[in-house]
Amino acid sequence: MDLTPLWLSLKLAFMTTVILVIMAAPLTYLLVYIRFAGKSFFEALLTLPMVLPPTVLGFYLLLVMTPQGKIGRFWEAVTGSPLIFTFSGIVVASLVYSLPFAIQPMKAAFEKIDRRLLESAYVLGLSPMSAFFKVVIPNAVNGLTASAILVFIHTLGEFGVILMVGGSIPGETKVASIAIYEAVEALRYRDAAMMCLILVPVSYLFLLLINRLTKRQIYGA
Amino acid sequence: MELSVSIKKKLPHFDLDVSFSCRDSRLLALVGPSGAGKTTTIRILAGLDRPDEGRITYNNEVWVDTDKKIFLPPQDRHLGYVFQEYTLFPHLTVIGNVAFGTGDKKAAESLLRRFNIWHLRDRKPDKISGGERQRCAICQAMIRRPRLLLLDEPFSALDAVTRQNLRKEVRTLKQELSIPVIHVTHDISEALYLADDVLPMVGGRIVRKWMVQFMLKGRPSEQERVTEDIYALESDSRNSEELSVLYDSLEVIQ
Repeated sequence: MDLTPLWLSLKLAFMTTVILVIMAAPLTYLLVYIRFAGKSFFEALLTLPMVLPPTVLGFYLLLVMTPQGKIGRFWEAVTGSPLIFTFSGIVVASLVYSLPFAIQPMKAAFEKIDRRLLESAYVLGLSPMSAFFKVVIPNAVNGLTASAILVFIHTLGEFGVILMVGGSIPGETKVASIAIYEAVEALRYRDAAMMCLILVPVSYLFLLLINRLTKRQIYGA
Repeated sequence: MELSVSIKKKLPHFDLDVSFSCRDSRLLALVGPSGAGKTTTIRILAGLDRPDEGRITYNNEVWVDTDKKIFLPPQDRHLGYVFQEYTLFPHLTVIGNVAFGTGDKKAAESLLRRFNIWHLRDRKPDKISGGERQRCAICQAMIRRPRLLLLDEPFSALDAVTRQNLRKEVRTLKQELSIPVIHVTHDISEALYLADDVLPMVGGRIVRKWMVQFMLKGRPSEQERVTEDIYALESDSRNSEELSVLYDSLEVIQ
């Protein structure tokens, strides 16, 4: 059995998780603590990938990520290589697709922090940026971890968006979920079962971890 | 050093409209029932709320001037604030909390010793009592050597014995400090025990007639000052209601 798709899935999940946790933290701060016009529209837009069919999201991403699309053209101008049907392309697609899964647990954790702690930090001389790193982040560790785990397992299971944006290029964009689909189509049930056997317990363990963290966040245990 | 305040703010149930000043080494108590606008006033002083109109100056430094659109953020006011509720950082130890604003562990250590909580330095806030937490909060507020100290009902969540002990400590601290201290409380006896000046607040305004009553009850020596107030009020016939209360108060004392 070729383990490359599994390795690609893990690599994609890891990269998406790291980038998204860093990206989502300031975005969540913006949503929770800053008042601005059109906030509810902005929040709904960020949550949209959660409810859109992956093929719809994949279709729009495909449009903007081709060399003629805005993001694809920009990417090519900066890196000299195309974005579509590449590993970088599926990372970008995963970032968009999993963004709401990163934001939601973080938002719950940030909202739980007593605002007076932030006020106390300001009075003690901290700028909003320092207060974010010294007060918000340390008090939202469980939420950040839950967010990272959720993004990781969600990315492991991605199919539709990746197929639309990355296709199925072995060693480049053919991740585990696509490899399983292709194995089933080719009646290679044994290969499909082996990959499923690896993915199911990994996802299950991560979910258990999320539940424990969420309980700790709720009950403070 | 003088803090000068003149602010207005529209609140859901009333309009806040207060003016007062406080010199260094003085403790001014804003006293009144819940919902009188005391905490809003102190929050505006800290820069955590903005007034609709008004001006706050500290010596020659303008902290707020709504006409000139000046607003100094809380981090630049260099003040100490002890909140009504416990606002210690739960992820830090006692010493970590005290040193939070400056990172100066040595200064934090000496403050912890001064307030008799040195032995708790490595505990987290949820592992110490309410009185110990407020002592820690006072140390946290003092470590930056603030130019102004704001105390927002710091003893309200404490039991009677702890409250009495902390009051004594704050009174001693006040005598050592050479900065203005603004103390918000709903407890008249606490205000009279700690304050050099008492400003009663009701419905967002400072109520003079109450002030006189407080003074008479707690400080008979203030009678001379009260009499001066009465003379001032008598010169204006519109103050008849206020005057009648004053006369009643004087009768009670005499």
